[in-house]
Amino acid sequence: MSKKIHVTTSINGKETEFLCEPRQSLLEVLRDVLMLTGAKEGCNNGNCGACNVLLDGRLVNSCLVMGAEAQGCKVQTIEGIATPQGLHPLQQTFLEGAALQCGICTPGFIVAAKAMLDQNPKPTEHQVRHFLAGNLCRCTGYDKIVRAVLEAAALTNK
Amino acid sequence: MKDIDYAAPKTIAEACAILQEKGDKARCLAGGTDIIVQVREHRRDIDVLVDIKHIPQVNALNYDPGKGLTIGAAVPCYRIYEHKEIAKAYPGLIDAAALIGGIQIQSRASLGGNLCNASPAGDTIPPLIALEAICVIVGAGGMREVPVEKFCTAPGKTVLGRGEMLVQLKLPPPKPRSGAAYLRFIPRNEMDIAVAGAGVSVVLDEKKEKCIAARVALAAVAPTPLLVQEAGAALVDGALGDALIDKAASLAQAAAKPISDMRGTAEYRKHLVGILVKRALTIAIQRARAG
Ligand SMILES: Cc1cc2nc3c(=O)[nH]c(=O)nc-3n(C[C@H](O)[C@H](O)[C@H](O)COP(=O)(O)OP(=O)(O)OC[C@H]3O[C@@H](n4cnc5c(N)ncnc54)[C@H](O)[C@@H]3O)c2cc1C
Ligand code: FES
Ligand code: FES
Repeated sequence: MSKKIHVTTSINGKETEFLCEPRQSLLEVLRDVLMLTGAKEGCNNGNCGACNVLLDGRLVNSCLVMGAEAQGCKVQTIEGIATPQGLHPLQQTFLEGAALQCGICTPGFIVAAKAMLDQNPKPTEHQVRHFLAGNLCRCTGYDKIVRAVLEAAALTNK
Repeated sequence: MKDIDYAAPKTIAEACAILQEKGDKARCLAGGTDIIVQVREHRRDIDVLVDIKHIPQVNALNYDPGKGLTIGAAVPCYRIYEHKEIAKAYPGLIDAAALIGGIQIQSRASLGGNLCNASPAGDTIPPLIALEAICVIVGAGGMREVPVEKFCTAPGKTVLGRGEMLVQLKLPPPKPRSGAAYLRFIPRNEMDIAVAGAGVSVVLDEKKEKCIAARVALAAVAPTPLLVQEAGAALVDGALGDALIDKAASLAQAAAKPISDMRGTAEYRKHLVGILVKRALTIAIQRARAG
């Protein structure tokens, strides 16, 4: 087996070191090495967004990033979104609006939606749908999800 | 994924040395949006991924209105379309950079990767051809330059030899009264592979009534992205209007050699080429007149 690689990174603001096999994706490292199982494996080929995380502030599919690539980077996952004070407005509006059924797609949608709201706090419905085109949901349908995102935006802008 | 190694060279020479030593068993890793999937799905059998993003030249993006644009081979799409001056100077390139995948893919996917993956449907390739991009290639034998329309040789194949890598793409500065555009057809609004695509560029005369130069390039209708020289030539000097645009579109249709597959029949693709070339030319001419 190839020699493991030592990687130093910051995950949700915390300095983190891990050892990974060169063949492991960042998603596999998060889930199998660091036990951060919030990011999900849906398609494992870049189409569904269930594995979304922020890498140095940019929204990426962690199934399409090698673990070793995280060296020196800042990674933010769904686990870093709620604060000790409570849920993020997106988490609240997803719950209240029943914008999930099985929930597999939810972490990805919330990480992606947060990335959008951070750069565009007052998106139109069209902008929300466009930004979330890389996230798939097989059970809820998109209307409730889009509505939850728009409501979270409205809450935050109040 | 099978057991592989990961290397992150800091210089072109180091990267080329690995590519030279390992040959087909080493592949560059730019944004990884093609290669990681291919290795995982056993479509490419390699022993080492060579992450080229730590090489400064490969990650640099420079625009100078006098000298033109240099795009490091691994620069992700978002850095290109979020760069205000570049977006203004090369809207035809932005058309393509902003439609690859979704936001997540655009955070990582590079033009160099799109080109080196050599898919006939690579969306950034027709606009790069229309905009006369030059590929800067480095290997053990030194540096060479290849026009982008000569870079892809077959589906998945390029002119790169053992030990060579693409370092940069160089685009000339936009000429006065020029415009470009890229359009593709997909059955969805986002996140799909082109059934057909057309990238065009025009340069207008001082009165903005005639073309003095034009290029038309196509995606997904031949084994490689295609420059249709005769379609560009047909636009030069005639009075710009529907008749001339129709003529260029039918020459592009004649040059297209599409196949039938699950995305569309050959006949359907030919039809699309005509429509896309006309629409793209209309946009490019509008942009040239406005600019
Ligand atoms: C969900 C999804 C949607 C997509 N949508 C589109 C789309 O709409 N349009 C489209 O055209 N493509 C699309 N793609 C394909 C892919 O994203 C693009 O081709 C992208 O531009 C590849 O760039 P990359 O930097 O990720 O390349 P990588 O995957 O890193 O590399 C691609 C290939 O090029 C080689 N390579 C990369 N850089 C170099 C170099 N400098 N020198 C030599 N070889 C090199 C690699 O070894 C590999 O074989 C999509 C992919 C996914 C997963
Ligand atoms: S698991 Fe990564 S995009 Fe689907
Ligand atoms: S809630 Fe099941 S996939 Fe979206």
